[in-house]
Amino acid sequence: MDENAVVNESKQYIVVKLDNEQYGIDITFIDNIVRMQQITRVPKAQSYFAGVINLRGEIIPVMSLRTKFGLPDKEYTNATRIIIVKPESNAKIGVLVDEVREVVALEDDNIEKAVYEEQGSNLLGVGKYNDTLISLLNIQGVIQDLDNA
Amino acid sequence: MDLSQYLEMFIDETKEHLQNLNDQVLVLEAEPDNIDTINEIFRAAHSLKGMAGTMGFKRMQRLTHDMENVFSEIRNGKMSVTPDLVDIVFKCLDAIEEYLDCIINTSDEGENDNEELINMLNACLKAEGAPEDVKPAQPEVKEEDKKEEDNDKRKFLHIDIADFEKNAITEAKAKNLNVYGVTVYIDESCVLKAARAFLVFKGLENKGEIIKSVPGVQDIEDEKFDFDFSMLIISDKSLEEIKKIISNVSEIKEVVIENYEIPNDVEVVSSVQKEEKAPEKEEVKKKKAAPAKNSKPVANRSVRVDIEKLDVLMNLVSELIIAKNGLVSVSNQEDSKTSMQSFNEQIEYLERITTNLHESVMKVRMVPIESVVNRFPRMIRDLSKKLGKEMELIMTGEDTELDRTVIDEIGDPLMHMLRNSADHGLEPTIERLKLGKPQVGTIQLNAYQDGNNVTIEVIDDGAGIDVEKVKASAIKKGTITEEQAEMMTEKDAIDLLFRPAFSTSEKITDVSGRGVGLDVVKNKIEGLGGDVEVSTKLGEGTKFTVRLPLTLAIIQALMVEVRQEKYAIPLNSIVTIEDVSVHDIKYVQQKEVINLRGTVIPLVRLDEALDCSPREEEPENLVVVIVKKGDKQTGLVIDNLLGQQEIVIKPLGKYINIHRMISGATILGDGEVALIIDSNALI
Repeated sequence: MDENAVVNESKQYIVVKLDNEQYGIDITFIDNIVRMQQITRVPKAQSYFAGVINLRGEIIPVMSLRTKFGLPDKEYTNATRIIIVKPESNAKIGVLVDEVREVVALEDDNIEKAVYEEQGSNLLGVGKYNDTLISLLNIQGVIQDLDNA
Repeated sequence: MDLSQYLEMFIDETKEHLQNLNDQVLVLEAEPDNIDTINEIFRAAHSLKGMAGTMGFKRMQRLTHDMENVFSEIRNGKMSVTPDLVDIVFKCLDAIEEYLDCIINTSDEGENDNEELINMLNACLKAEGAPEDVKPAQPEVKEEDKKEEDNDKRKFLHIDIADFEKNAITEAKAKNLNVYGVTVYIDESCVLKAARAFLVFKGLENKGEIIKSVPGVQDIEDEKFDFDFSMLIISDKSLEEIKKIISNVSEIKEVVIENYEIPNDVEVVSSVQKEEKAPEKEEVKKKKAAPAKNSKPVANRSVRVDIEKLDVLMNLVSELIIAKNGLVSVSNQEDSKTSMQSFNEQIEYLERITTNLHESVMKVRMVPIESVVNRFPRMIRDLSKKLGKEMELIMTGEDTELDRTVIDEIGDPLMHMLRNSADHGLEPTIERLKLGKPQVGTIQLNAYQDGNNVTIEVIDDGAGIDVEKVKASAIKKGTITEEQAEMMTEKDAIDLLFRPAFSTSEKITDVSGRGVGLDVVKNKIEGLGGDVEVSTKLGEGTKFTVRLPLTLAIIQALMVEVRQEKYAIPLNSIVTIEDVSVHDIKYVQQKEVINLRGTVIPLVRLDEALDCSPREEEPENLVVVIVKKGDKQTGLVIDNLLGQQEIVIKPLGKYINIHRMISGATILGDGEVALIIDSNALI
């Protein structure tokens, strides 16, 4: 039972890649991860929305994290994934990433909180995992931001 | 016991009873002597009381209980229906509705005791004392009195028991027998409470004599009581023994038993009994409030579905499974030729099922418009009182069915329009008499199905719209200039009414005139894919016509291609499809137009409107889809026609900003998503 207690204190993150940077998304918000599929462009929507996809009969808007973070567009590859995030119980949104790597469990001690505060609400902090750094996305912040954009 | 699972049912049924009460009280107002109506009201109030009690909504129960009392008196002919009383009853209904709203939102009835209303009801009951003597002039009524006497005993217990009970008790005391007052509480989860009560009585029968029970024995047998009943019992056995006998009956929650003394005053009897009950009730309430609070997300919206419709659905689903199995077995066949043939057969079968399934599901979603319009008679009645105008509402076609989504949205716009007709449309009664019109103004609400649309008309026989007045008001507000006003046709001027913040009514009333209204109505109806039209004749009346699509979920659409992208244009907005040579394009104010059989139609390049990449080379002939909105037309230039298709409209999801010209999306046969163009936004 002691083991469980330790697990409970840490949070699990899915690690995704954009170019060479690693980002972590809190696993509790993630509904699904799907392969790249045809995206239908939606005219006049926010620029960082790639369009909408059909996920088993449900239409879900997909945003490109690259465009959102001001990175240049990149060809979709075999590794490209759409992460279906469910920030609220009745709404889903897809997030386009270059690659999904792994699931890591980070304890609070390994998360540096204050460092990236000036970057706005997009990041929760930076996690240290083995020798790598993972920027932890504030997924609700990223999405809430859409309303203002 | 956790009652939250019954909450939805409670809410639905309360709504039904409330609606029924509203309708019946309206009838009662017109025919105060209608016995059937009074009975119906009594029954509905009684059911409401019972339901509220079961769910532990004590305040609501109390109010309905007092209402029931009043109608019980009316039913027994001891009271007559007065306009004042009707007003009070309507207020009570509103109060109950408030409770219900509160319950829907928080699963708790709230803190409002509505003491005032209860006092008013009780005042009515007391005031009835005087007319009571006058009433019995009618022998018929008196006869009924006698019949109902049993019931009265229950309600006016303290009056009736006074003499003979006193005697019985005194006698018993003289014989050195014990007299106990007993209140038995039955467990709320008990299903056969009458049976439990019967067992209690049976057990006591051998031990003593029950001189009085509240409610009466008959009522208890008929289960006409909540979860408690009280009685007075004379016995030679000890208090403990009696208590044990009662407690031994299963599902009895608690027994309150005490030595009973003859009260000095009758009033005290009832108050003693009440005191006994009071703390108990408090406890019950607390118990019930607790689980209710845990179930915070309260009451989903629900549709009542005919069981037959569900059976049909179930049947179709089982057929669907058979069809799937058929396909599986076909795919296992080795011989490719026969498998191809049976494959096609299975596909056809599947197609037939899905068509039927679609039709059945649509039917399930269809709700008669009645559920929206049945609250309007009450509203018109209130408006009539408030505005001091005499008016009546005539409704036809309440059974016309509309899609559930439309029904949910259409209530407010219709209410706005009716208020508008009542306030602005109809003249004051005095003026009507001067004009030689019937004293009572008429508002008609007609609904009927018209092809793939449902039409709802709101017609009043009032003053009509004064076009000049509208124009003057618009100029004053700066909406249009005088020159523009000169140029305006009557129709254009009437359209001004649909502009935001426009009201011709000089004075602001409670009812309307704040300038919020018709523009909201129009927006809402257009949002539902419908349209509004107004026709008016000065001095004779106004007619609003609302046209709504039968269903929102599935429509016929024309699939088109713009560059590589596929779009759907709803078929009901399309007039024709034309091939236009580029040489036929003319320019008016630097805008492209075409002259099509004498009509000048502006062109919209869909590729530009949709931000598509520009075409490399302009073709000689353009494909133009002519769409209409009202009597305006526009040509949409597209690249290719793909054909007509039935599409299912789906929302685009939250978070993404959607331009007005895109009304949704649909999923095509190959799983691709195509956007649906709302041509209204392009005209």
